[in-house]
Amino acid sequence: MSFLEYNVKTVPAGLSKVLYLNWALIMVITAVAAIGWLMLYSIAGGDIGQWAEPQMKRYLLGLVVMFAVAFTPIWFWRNMSGVAYLVAMLLLLLVEFFGAVGMGAQRWIDLGFMRLQPSELMKVTLVMMLAAYYDWLDDKRTSRPLWVLIPVLLIVAPTVLVLMQPNLGTSVMLLAAGAAVMFAAGVSLWYFAAVGAMVGGIVTAVFTSRGTPWQLLHDYQYTRIDTFLNPGADPLGAGYNIIQAKIALGSGGWTGKGFMQGTQSRLNFLPEKHTDFIFTTLGEEFGFVGAMSLLVLYGLVLLFFMVAAIQNKDRFSSLLIIGVAVNFFLYLAVNLSMVMGMAPVVGVPLPFLSYGGSATLVLLVAVGLVQSAIVHRPR
Amino acid sequence: MRRNAKDIEEQARKVNRRALLMSGGMAVMMAVLGARMRFLGVEQADAFRLLAEENRINIRLIPPARGLILDRNGKLIAGNEQNYRVVITREGAGDVDLVLNRLSHLIPLTAEDMDRIRADIARNSSFVPITVADRLDWDQFSKIALNAPALPGVSPEVGLSRIYPRDLDFAHVVGYVGPVSEKDLEGIENPDPLLQIPKFQIGKIGIERWMESNLRGRAGNKRIEVNAVGRVMRELERIEGVPGNDMRLTIDADVQNFVQARMGIESAACVVMDVNNGDLIAAVSSPSFNPNLFVRGISQTDYSSLLENDHRPLANKVVQGVYPPGSTFKMVTALAALEAGVIDINTRVRCPGYLEYGDTRFHCWKRGGHGSVDLARSLSESCDVYYYDIAQRVGIDKIAEMGRRLGLGIRHDMPLSAIAEGNMPDRAWKMEKHQQDWRVGDTINASIGQGYVLASPLQLAVMTARIASGRAVVPRIVRQVDGRDAEVAEAPPLGIDGSILRAVRSGMFDVVNSDAGTGYGSRVADELMLMSGKSGTSQVRNISAAERAAGVVSNADLPWNRRDHALFVCFGPAEAPRYAVSVVVEHGGGGSSVAAPIARDALLRTLTGGMPPLTAYPASQRGRMESLLKDLQLRLPDGTQSAKSRA
Repeated sequence: MSFLEYNVKTVPAGLSKVLYLNWALIMVITAVAAIGWLMLYSIAGGDIGQWAEPQMKRYLLGLVVMFAVAFTPIWFWRNMSGVAYLVAMLLLLLVEFFGAVGMGAQRWIDLGFMRLQPSELMKVTLVMMLAAYYDWLDDKRTSRPLWVLIPVLLIVAPTVLVLMQPNLGTSVMLLAAGAAVMFAAGVSLWYFAAVGAMVGGIVTAVFTSRGTPWQLLHDYQYTRIDTFLNPGADPLGAGYNIIQAKIALGSGGWTGKGFMQGTQSRLNFLPEKHTDFIFTTLGEEFGFVGAMSLLVLYGLVLLFFMVAAIQNKDRFSSLLIIGVAVNFFLYLAVNLSMVMGMAPVVGVPLPFLSYGGSATLVLLVAVGLVQSAIVHRPR
Repeated sequence: MRRNAKDIEEQARKVNRRALLMSGGMAVMMAVLGARMRFLGVEQADAFRLLAEENRINIRLIPPARGLILDRNGKLIAGNEQNYRVVITREGAGDVDLVLNRLSHLIPLTAEDMDRIRADIARNSSFVPITVADRLDWDQFSKIALNAPALPGVSPEVGLSRIYPRDLDFAHVVGYVGPVSEKDLEGIENPDPLLQIPKFQIGKIGIERWMESNLRGRAGNKRIEVNAVGRVMRELERIEGVPGNDMRLTIDADVQNFVQARMGIESAACVVMDVNNGDLIAAVSSPSFNPNLFVRGISQTDYSSLLENDHRPLANKVVQGVYPPGSTFKMVTALAALEAGVIDINTRVRCPGYLEYGDTRFHCWKRGGHGSVDLARSLSESCDVYYYDIAQRVGIDKIAEMGRRLGLGIRHDMPLSAIAEGNMPDRAWKMEKHQQDWRVGDTINASIGQGYVLASPLQLAVMTARIASGRAVVPRIVRQVDGRDAEVAEAPPLGIDGSILRAVRSGMFDVVNSDAGTGYGSRVADELMLMSGKSGTSQVRNISAAERAAGVVSNADLPWNRRDHALFVCFGPAEAPRYAVSVVVEHGGGGSSVAAPIARDALLRTLTGGMPPLTAYPASQRGRMESLLKDLQLRLPDGTQSAKSRA
């Protein structure tokens, strides 16, 4: 086992760590969260108690957790990666099997003050596990089939469990984030090309076989795929949400209808407006300008992440940061593509904006890890 | 294992390369998301803004109250009553079938109704309210209001519906309204949005139809904000409609009712017209029907029985029925001959009971003949031969011209349905119509209002009014629209020499008042209300050679529809005419015995402004008249029918 390749003595200790935190990052995500509180207040029709206040409390709690994670040395987290991964897998299995029997098919575990979704937790622990694996693995073996198979299994195992819940959005994110860490770790591009070609081949085969005697799927399955890919074909059913979301976004125009003036959200035309579709209210009430401001803030978060990853000479740290960044990016890209009608509807929240505990907490833990990597980076 | 610094450097560079690559990918995706946002929120903003408004705002039309129709004294003829009904909107109901099913437990809905409702729902936008049931009673209405929570999208509404309180009396004049049909909408370039309201009532015939633009009014609308499930959140704006214009007719509802009752079950028509300004005081066609049945949607059996009735209750015989005017036409022939100078007042013609022309023998109604006849006697005793003779002297073209000057063969334009032109034949007409030369025999027939001559009761009234006043009065039926009097120009003089007119009027006076006159039985005893008139009995069948040889067949021996029409025209008071009356009783028999009494009663009723006093009748008739008048089933002063007629 290799340990830190840098001099531990250069790492700040005690309270002085506060000075080494990336405060700009904290400010940007707090700004994003503040926008979220504003929107939740507006969506509740001027009621702070319904969504905004609980969400603020969660965020503040998450912030405390973030600091705790950040002050803990990054090598501790690296050493804990395997354990964390196993715990997350156990929790996944728990909700998968016992959840189905004893708890009525829940996806979450009740912690009393919040409900934790193990699948959200897995998004971080998987990235930690993979980063730790590649930190440990001799670089020369990175692209050897056996050593590629191990991380692939590490990714596929939780993905399958989450897919069975069923939670398509999260499983796609697990797959993509895992692949991103492998990609960053330097796994040969041929593997990615091969997987890409395989997936492409299967998709092509499935679709070209349609209507031929050797059709690969049942007709009703194709119909489901159609509805999934093109919800607009069913404007009163699956397409309704997307159509109303686009109307809300589009009708905002340049500067929006004004705070608390969004007719689409106020009159309940918008679905899931406090969770997955919260961006539509932002677009409706603050227009293109408001939506772009949020995109810029998200861009800044990603920029801080990637700069931190590139600056950090510790392999575990930079792979972890990249994994977190990719996760964060996937959250917002999938969510925004969905609400803007560019992707099918899958349940993915908008980071720091959507009402909900698990995602916020897990994201703040992830940011804590990034901060820890920044504070404890080799100098 | 330990790694050397070089390896670590190499590893880190590789990670950084790929990290940069991924950063680039993320940046591209962020740019795509930004571009998409720009597309939605900037380029397509207007379209989406419109969609958001459409989501949010519904525009509901507020139907205006239809204008009232009143009689000349302000009595209500056509009004609006509150109508309880239930409407449903698709967007509100969600599962339409379920809601309709529940509704059918509360109010009777037939399978036919259900199909109609579903079709209406399918045809209209989801927020358009579709009428489920109309004219509910209060019980049903409140039942639905009580069960409202279980009936999403259903709302009880109070609307206005047309009502004709004087049901039978004005069915032909005022007509009725009915729901807009596809046919009504055809050919309308830019239909009034009101017409798209299902079951919106528009005029179908009569004044309701021809004065539709005045009566309808303009739609108001309210813009309401609705939420996603269609619940009305608030009213944003309300523009009240403009109610239709009220109008007053020239008709006196009480006279109309009297005449309607007086004609009883006869297939008949009667017009009472003001000889000075053309006001129609009464325009009655009998038998009549109840227009309220049509407003509510008439049942097939009711409609069939109206259609199959050989007395044609649906036809407005006043303007639509055309009849050979018979002897009532004789004034026209006389006036034409007098004006042309081919005869004068004292010209005498010998009547042996017939006139021979060529091989044909034209009979006078009086087989024995009238002997030597002058103008006055020719009218009072209605000698046919006199007219056969003078008509040959003056010629058909002059007669036709006189007829047209007196209003025959001309369409008198009024807001009524199916106004007939009648026929005033001349040489040119016959050539055009039948490609035949006019023959003298045609003139002889036309001279006594037979042959090709056809006139409606309205035209006969106009003719009589013009003879009485000497002016070309034009009939009118609308007196006031929206409080403004309809303009009535003073009728221009006919241009007929006064002495000639006086002579003809004097002959008409004798018809009723000389004891040899054909209308003597219908004389008026009151000096102030003396009446002048002319009877007519017109044949509806061709008289065969056999019949001609056998002589006159008694009318009573013929089937109803081949009997003669009974006609009578009159005006009064004789010395200072105010009203002209025409009566046609289809297949009624003799004009003087059947039509004249009705005309007299109508005239007296109009002149006295109340029930005709018995003193107006000759003493010998008073007993009979008293019981006749008492038995009339008249409307009570408050407009309702007497209990007797309800039974």
